[in-house]
Amino acid sequence: MAAIRPASVVDAARLIQAKELSPVDLTEACLARIRARNDELRAFITVTDDGARADAARAQKEIGAGNYRGALHGIPVSVKDLVDVAGTPTTSASRVPGRRPLHDAPVVGMLRRAGAVVVGKTNLHEFAFGTTGDETAFGVIRNPVDPSRSAGGSSSGAAVALVEGMCYGSVGTDTGGSSRIPAAACGVTGLKPTSGEISTDGVVALSATLDHVGPLAGSVTDTALLYYAMLDGDARLDRVPQPALDPLWLAAPGPYFCDVLDSDVRRLFGAARAGLARAGHAISDVAIAHADRIADVYLHIVLPEAAWYHAPMVTDHADQYSPGVRLRLEMGAYVLAEDYLRAMHARIALRRAVDRALEGVDALILPAMAIGAPPLGAASVEIDGREEPVRAVMLRLTQLFNITGHPAIAIPCGRGADGLPRAVQLVGHRGSTERLIQVALAVERTVAGSPREQA
Amino acid sequence: MTVADWLARVTADADSRGLTGLVPLLQALARSTEALRAADAEFGHPAVEAAENGAAEPDAEHTEGADRNGRH
Repeated sequence: MAAIRPASVVDAARLIQAKELSPVDLTEACLARIRARNDELRAFITVTDDGARADAARAQKEIGAGNYRGALHGIPVSVKDLVDVAGTPTTSASRVPGRRPLHDAPVVGMLRRAGAVVVGKTNLHEFAFGTTGDETAFGVIRNPVDPSRSAGGSSSGAAVALVEGMCYGSVGTDTGGSSRIPAAACGVTGLKPTSGEISTDGVVALSATLDHVGPLAGSVTDTALLYYAMLDGDARLDRVPQPALDPLWLAAPGPYFCDVLDSDVRRLFGAARAGLARAGHAISDVAIAHADRIADVYLHIVLPEAAWYHAPMVTDHADQYSPGVRLRLEMGAYVLAEDYLRAMHARIALRRAVDRALEGVDALILPAMAIGAPPLGAASVEIDGREEPVRAVMLRLTQLFNITGHPAIAIPCGRGADGLPRAVQLVGHRGSTERLIQVALAVERTVAGSPREQA
Repeated sequence: MTVADWLARVTADADSRGLTGLVPLLQALARSTEALRAADAEFGHPAVEAAENGAAEPDAEHTEGADRNGRH
């Protein structure tokens, strides 16, 4: 068992490279955490003990022979169970029969090239079609900060595994916020890269034109290392950019984006803004055109695209879906082609609107989620005396950037009076995920730290 | 097809398949579809644009402070 328990990928990588920590011991420590906590929290569906031990032993041998590959070499990571890992079932957290792939998804192949150790497949909202992690065939996923609360979703298990020290990085997917929402709910960092940047091959689709694959980790630096590994298998520490040193120019979208926020999100986002201003960064207000149409556009894209992908399975296995997921798929089958095309046309205008809002600034800054993690099973939450549907309010601030394809990252910014994490979101220029990371590194320095650091 | 006609047809179909839980969701989707269709002009639908020969509104407006180009 590892006597040393590093807090981050960066710390672990330095110890491993210096041969002061063994990948085998670090992997055993993560597997022990999974054994201790998974029955309660249900972060993992499949734990790949034997494969992880073999990978860790191989990494140790390679590093011992002087063949160190980079910061992910020998580091335990998890993969959302929507993504193919050779020899393990891809369940999508469903009772609907899954697949047992013979090959890794390209993104997993890249992680292996970087030397990462895959410890298992994480639980999720069934077929990634939900934000709360309570519709899954493998047990309701619980938030480690408060087990009566949702861990967000759909990459719920990915975030829980990080908070609990079950792994050091997680592969998530993000169709409307599914990496950023659980990151915000659990107090870790979640990145959605630019659309199309990381391959979605070997990933069970939800919405072919909205789906993204992206990393979750404990900090922006760790997230950047995962991003590079997933991108091309090269996760050298010196590849992570230095935090932006010059004052940043940020723009905060106002109307719509700040209309429905719980009081803690409003307070902590205000504090983050004030802290950034004190640190010398400039933040202007900006209005994004058509923002009040975002949910309508999103709905008329995601529903029919999901219905199309699932049509064969709904025909043969309708009763094996969770009731809520099945109803959303059935609903999608009724959307008229005319309205799908209408939404796809509107998408162009929304993309242009976000591009326009980004003109002359480094990034947009806004809250990542309008609320803290909601109670498990809640259909609605009260904000400013009004009942708001949970699913809609959780997606409200993230789904636009799936529509437009801009890179976006959620960073913890403190805890509310309820003890639950809250997060800010930064949105970068399309095709400039690395620059967004550089901005995020600078912002992370001034906003409140992660729950791990505060504990 | 109008949204009202669409809603009547899909509700009847859902009922006939025993999917009664779908009806409130379809009603909510109908409201969303109405809103989306109402925004045709806002999003520059080519036919509407040609008929009105109007200019699109700006896509984003910086309302407070200045960006690094000095734009307000």
